[in-house]
Amino acid sequence: MNSEKRITIFILSLSIIYLLGRTFFSDNGMGKAYVKVIDVKPELVDSDVSWKVYENASQKDFQNAENDDPSQTKYKFSFSRTIGIWVSAFFTLFILSFLYKDNPFYKIAESVVVGVSAGYSMVVGFWATIVPNLLGKLSPNWIKSWAMPGLNAESELLYLVPLIMGVMLLWRLSPKGSWISRWPLAFIIGTTAGIRLIGFLHADFLSQIRNSIISMIVLAPDNGVDFWQSLKNIIIIIGVLCTIVYFFFSIEHKGYIGKTAKVGIWFLMITFGAAFGYTVMGRIALLAIRIEFLLNDWLWLIDPSNTRLFM
Amino acid sequence: MLYSILKKLDKRWIFLLMFLSVTLPIYIIDKTGKSFPEVPTTLSKQVFNSVETLNEGDPVLLSFDFDPASEGELGPMATAFVRHCAEKKVKMYFMALWPVGPQMIDDAIAKVIHSDFSSLIYGVDYVNLGFKPGNEGVIKVIVTDLRELFTTDDMGKSIEEIPMMSGINSVQDFELVINVSAGYAGTKEWVQYASTPYPDEIKVVAGCTGVQAPLLYPYIPNQLPGLLGAIKGAAEYEKLVIDKYGGDDPDPKYLEAKRRMGPQLVAHLFIIVLIILANYIYYIEKKVELKNE
Repeated sequence: MNSEKRITIFILSLSIIYLLGRTFFSDNGMGKAYVKVIDVKPELVDSDVSWKVYENASQKDFQNAENDDPSQTKYKFSFSRTIGIWVSAFFTLFILSFLYKDNPFYKIAESVVVGVSAGYSMVVGFWATIVPNLLGKLSPNWIKSWAMPGLNAESELLYLVPLIMGVMLLWRLSPKGSWISRWPLAFIIGTTAGIRLIGFLHADFLSQIRNSIISMIVLAPDNGVDFWQSLKNIIIIIGVLCTIVYFFFSIEHKGYIGKTAKVGIWFLMITFGAAFGYTVMGRIALLAIRIEFLLNDWLWLIDPSNTRLFM
Repeated sequence: MLYSILKKLDKRWIFLLMFLSVTLPIYIIDKTGKSFPEVPTTLSKQVFNSVETLNEGDPVLLSFDFDPASEGELGPMATAFVRHCAEKKVKMYFMALWPVGPQMIDDAIAKVIHSDFSSLIYGVDYVNLGFKPGNEGVIKVIVTDLRELFTTDDMGKSIEEIPMMSGINSVQDFELVINVSAGYAGTKEWVQYASTPYPDEIKVVAGCTGVQAPLLYPYIPNQLPGLLGAIKGAAEYEKLVIDKYGGDDPDPKYLEAKRRMGPQLVAHLFIIVLIILANYIYYIEKKVELKNE
């Protein structure tokens, strides 16, 4: 066993001892979830049906309710949500462990994420697309009877077209006649291209030209010149023109054209820098929320939302 | 000496330092209760003013197009949007173009409306229309006919039975569209298919992730009057909302973005140092190369 392995095992052992100690031998424990139980009754008259809804509650709410009335049932400890916190914490650590090096824990977490995402997408696709948008249009009464009680629609036979095209698309899985799937695929590509073309043409081409036609000298309300707004507009106009010149490859970038293109490169570089800066900010925010989750929801080392009595 | 250390430095030390530069500020801010001051920029003020100028009872569409992966960046601004709308007593219509969007909506409703605005009634003051698949196709349809796609709310109740849906036939009937976006479909599509074709009828303001923000700047101000860029934009908007409605002792849940600006500052400083050091190595290497030639 090399020294790196020995150190890793030592650190892991210490961490496990710390977690076990905090969980089972400290006064307040850690990583526990509580819920508020809400009784829901339907609006229908003469109905005895009711059910319970569980909303997230804090340790403080639970403890206060227990102190007031030890036999209360409004707030309670949630075993399933506690398991959720622990699973979430371990999976966060598994994923972060890749930064040290590739390992089986990372692989497990990665595979579970892929599998769960695929499964979730399939279920959502069925309930959010197939049921309301296809079956609900073809046979609304049938769907209303078991899936969507609030559905009030009439049957639209036009939706047989997407049904047939959907079946044709699935033909791809068949060993013979997979070419049949090309027809609906062509339809999808054509309509998507059409919709997106119009969107980009209108919002990103024509409107951007309109947005670039701006006054270089902006007048202030007191009839003077608004210097900063004028400067902003001038920078926008110079930036747009120089960057367009950089992408104009029909003329060799020499002389004035070359110098203008170089200014265009500077504008592009500043844009890339700004994009990089924003991306860094976004990634750090994501890291911060995971660390905050570990320290707050799991380890109970911090309490930024003031949700625990003992902290 | 410094050059040889940096040249041989294992990248895992950088990961560890980055971890500490994010963890320590989170811990220290929690223990001291202090955070960095925020000065709202024009873009955040424009978003704030767009909501602030609404009248009581105006219909507002809130499209939460994000998932738990970007909750850290977008959750605080979603909370602030709901809080601001609730304070203004506007009617809130929630929808989502992302499959996990309804859960994000439920979170925001539970966090803000159920706990602090319990007098608001579902179906009268706010409604969750849920997720609709189809990305920009959904926007393209609902800008002219909302009822074609949204026949029920998220729980399956017919929208005909929901009082606040009366008079709402398309996105053009809303006074404002607020979009919280993590990518495709999101703010870009709302601009392309809603605010650009209907500039006088549909007004869109948005909050987005840092990755998207530079791509959306060209739409400002004509197609997109206001934009909250990443956690910084959220912190600025939070400050504006808290200054106006927060009182003397605001609830910490409305200050999440402001609190998360602490780790941002330290981590950014660390990255700046890394960039300088990397350029130093590059400079020394070039110098050695030139000498050898």
